[in-house]
Amino acid sequence: MQRNPQLNRNGELQHLLSIDGLPREVIERVLATADSFIGVTEREVKKVPLLRGKSVFNLFFEPSTRTRTTFEIAAKRLSADVINLNIAVSSQSKGESLLDTVANLSAMQADIFVVRHGSAGAPYLIARHVKPHEHVINAGDGRHAHPTQGLLDLYTLRHYKKDFTQLTVAIVGDVLHSRVARSLIHGLTTLGTPEVRVIGPQTLMPAGVEALGVHVYRDMREGLRDCDAVVMLRLQNERMRGALLPSAQEFFKHYGLTADKLAAAKPDVIVMHPGPMNRGVEIDSSVADGPHSVILPQVTFGIAVRMAVMSMVAGVSA
Amino acid sequence: MSLRITNARLIDPASGRDAMGDVLIEKGRIAALDGDARAARAERTLDAAGRVVAPGLVDLAARLREPGEEYKATLESEMDAAVAGGVTSLACPPDTDPPLDEPGLVDMLRRRARALARARLYPIGALTVKLQGETLTEMGELSESGCVAFSQANVPLQDTQMLWRALQYAGSFGFAVWLRPAEPWLSRGGVAHDGEVATRLGLPGIPSFAETIAICTILEIVRATGTRVHLCRLSSEAGVAMVRAAKREGLPVSCDVGVHHLHLCDIDIGYFDSLCRLDPPLRAQRDREALSAGVADGTIDCVCSDHTPVDEDAKHQPFSEAAPGATGLELLLPLMLRWGAMRKRPLAQTLARISCDPARILGVRSGRIEIGAPGDLVMFDPEGSVRLTPDALKSQGKNTPFLGYELPGQVHATIVAGKVVYERE
Repeated sequence: MQRNPQLNRNGELQHLLSIDGLPREVIERVLATADSFIGVTEREVKKVPLLRGKSVFNLFFEPSTRTRTTFEIAAKRLSADVINLNIAVSSQSKGESLLDTVANLSAMQADIFVVRHGSAGAPYLIARHVKPHEHVINAGDGRHAHPTQGLLDLYTLRHYKKDFTQLTVAIVGDVLHSRVARSLIHGLTTLGTPEVRVIGPQTLMPAGVEALGVHVYRDMREGLRDCDAVVMLRLQNERMRGALLPSAQEFFKHYGLTADKLAAAKPDVIVMHPGPMNRGVEIDSSVADGPHSVILPQVTFGIAVRMAVMSMVAGVSA
Repeated sequence: MSLRITNARLIDPASGRDAMGDVLIEKGRIAALDGDARAARAERTLDAAGRVVAPGLVDLAARLREPGEEYKATLESEMDAAVAGGVTSLACPPDTDPPLDEPGLVDMLRRRARALARARLYPIGALTVKLQGETLTEMGELSESGCVAFSQANVPLQDTQMLWRALQYAGSFGFAVWLRPAEPWLSRGGVAHDGEVATRLGLPGIPSFAETIAICTILEIVRATGTRVHLCRLSSEAGVAMVRAAKREGLPVSCDVGVHHLHLCDIDIGYFDSLCRLDPPLRAQRDREALSAGVADGTIDCVCSDHTPVDEDAKHQPFSEAAPGATGLELLLPLMLRWGAMRKRPLAQTLARISCDPARILGVRSGRIEIGAPGDLVMFDPEGSVRLTPDALKSQGKNTPFLGYELPGQVHATIVAGKVVYERE
């Protein structure tokens, strides 16, 4: 088997491809580094010169506005030059291969590639072929991983709950197709969270998900009992009606997060969502906008976490 | 033309013989053994001191990519690979472009192969026109032009009534049907075994029951028709158990496994290694153990290379988009020797699965060393190991998860019909 391609010989972050296989110390260093950038985002001049003169290429083979924007803001706050490439509508549709696209961009002196791709593992393929001074950050690959989202979820949990070794966290909905869920599960288990639950119908659970270290619940009220945090997953439109689910309404009835269901959790439970939300499908507006929701702070933390990751792979974090 | 081989460790898996001896080939057939061979005159003599001489290998699945896919490989390159790997007879599945569904195509392919004068080629004809599962092919005509069986290759027959009719028709003339058991709806979109590894990597899965449901369907139709069926490329523990029970019941079924599946499992995908994308997918460790045990106890009749040369670009893709398959002609012997050593089996028993056993399924007399059998032999050094590099492979397909491995079984010479068709420099 190949060596863990994310770490260099000194055990430092060379690329960020997945939380799976990241040592605990590296995750903790990302969270600590993000702390130092929270201050920057709150200043009047929201910039530090850590990546001055460096180029960050946002390579999005799949459309995304939100994630691409947060990476762009993070890179700009580190003073990097940012180039956005929406490959979904450019060279790939002209038949250029993935590696040719990357080789061309590499010839334009890239330092960091932020990659989103519809196929699991695509960032690994790119990471195997870039030059040693170039770094790859996975911004979501198929169902596999979305490590910066997972890290910002961890950051949020740590901010509100402090000690991972005392937590019960429930992840609800379409785990089968969710890279967000996989990344968060690996992060939580690595940091020693004793109880990670996944809640959803069997059609939305991948085979052998228990092997990732989670407990599976079909009944939402039972699964939410005494939880410290609830992470709702986005349900894609095309999956709301078909072989996986009969209708969005029925899904909401069983697995939509309402104030009533949330009452089974601890009184100080926090509610998270990676966005964009489907109100009335996976989450009720009263909960999304209610006192337990930390959905908007997640977005703010996301920028600091992405700044931390970029500075760490570039080897310029303090 | 006569050829004598002396001082050989002569292994005939069919009889279990494993002893020093000599062999003489005359007019393309084995004419004498041991003392008689030593006493006879021969135009050429090969000294096999320190080496094993065994029947040339018989491979039930090698894609040669002709006609239509010459950018992946050519008949010439792949026939070179076959004899360099000690393979003297091979069956090629009909999934060429166009598929082998017309006697003219089969005829041309065989003529090209004969002109190259390397390994013997046994084409498997398409069971349905263009493999589309709608119209039966002219099996009688195809058989006359040289097809030894009929198959859908890796293209599943969705329509079970068509499958029933195809087996009835083929059985009427005594033709065997070779089927890859894969339920098409359950396999749809999947690229890896539906288990922990696929879940971790976020790869769409193919459950093991995609195979067992298809086997169940096929066996029911075999019960109804009595047609002889060969099941290709088993991949699961449950599949092996079903074939074991079917054989005990006395059904006319046989089966094979691809040699990679005896060594690898889904864990070997590691960080999305597209060289481990195979069809059927590599399954779990316990499936690999069951396949291995099935080959050992004879439930699985034989092992094939499932040779699938793929061009480099088609593997330089994210796992799900990469073309499935591995090059195999030159790995069949080394990987079988490695398997035999791991299971501590006598060499003759290991070689049986890649010589006399597949020959029996093909219905040919190759794969054995006895007077009158075809003079097809391989001479190899069972101890000497070879480091597998892209340059060392004659096949145009360099796609194998075993690149960089040291593997046993250096082939020194390959003989087809008494002619030396490969000799290591």
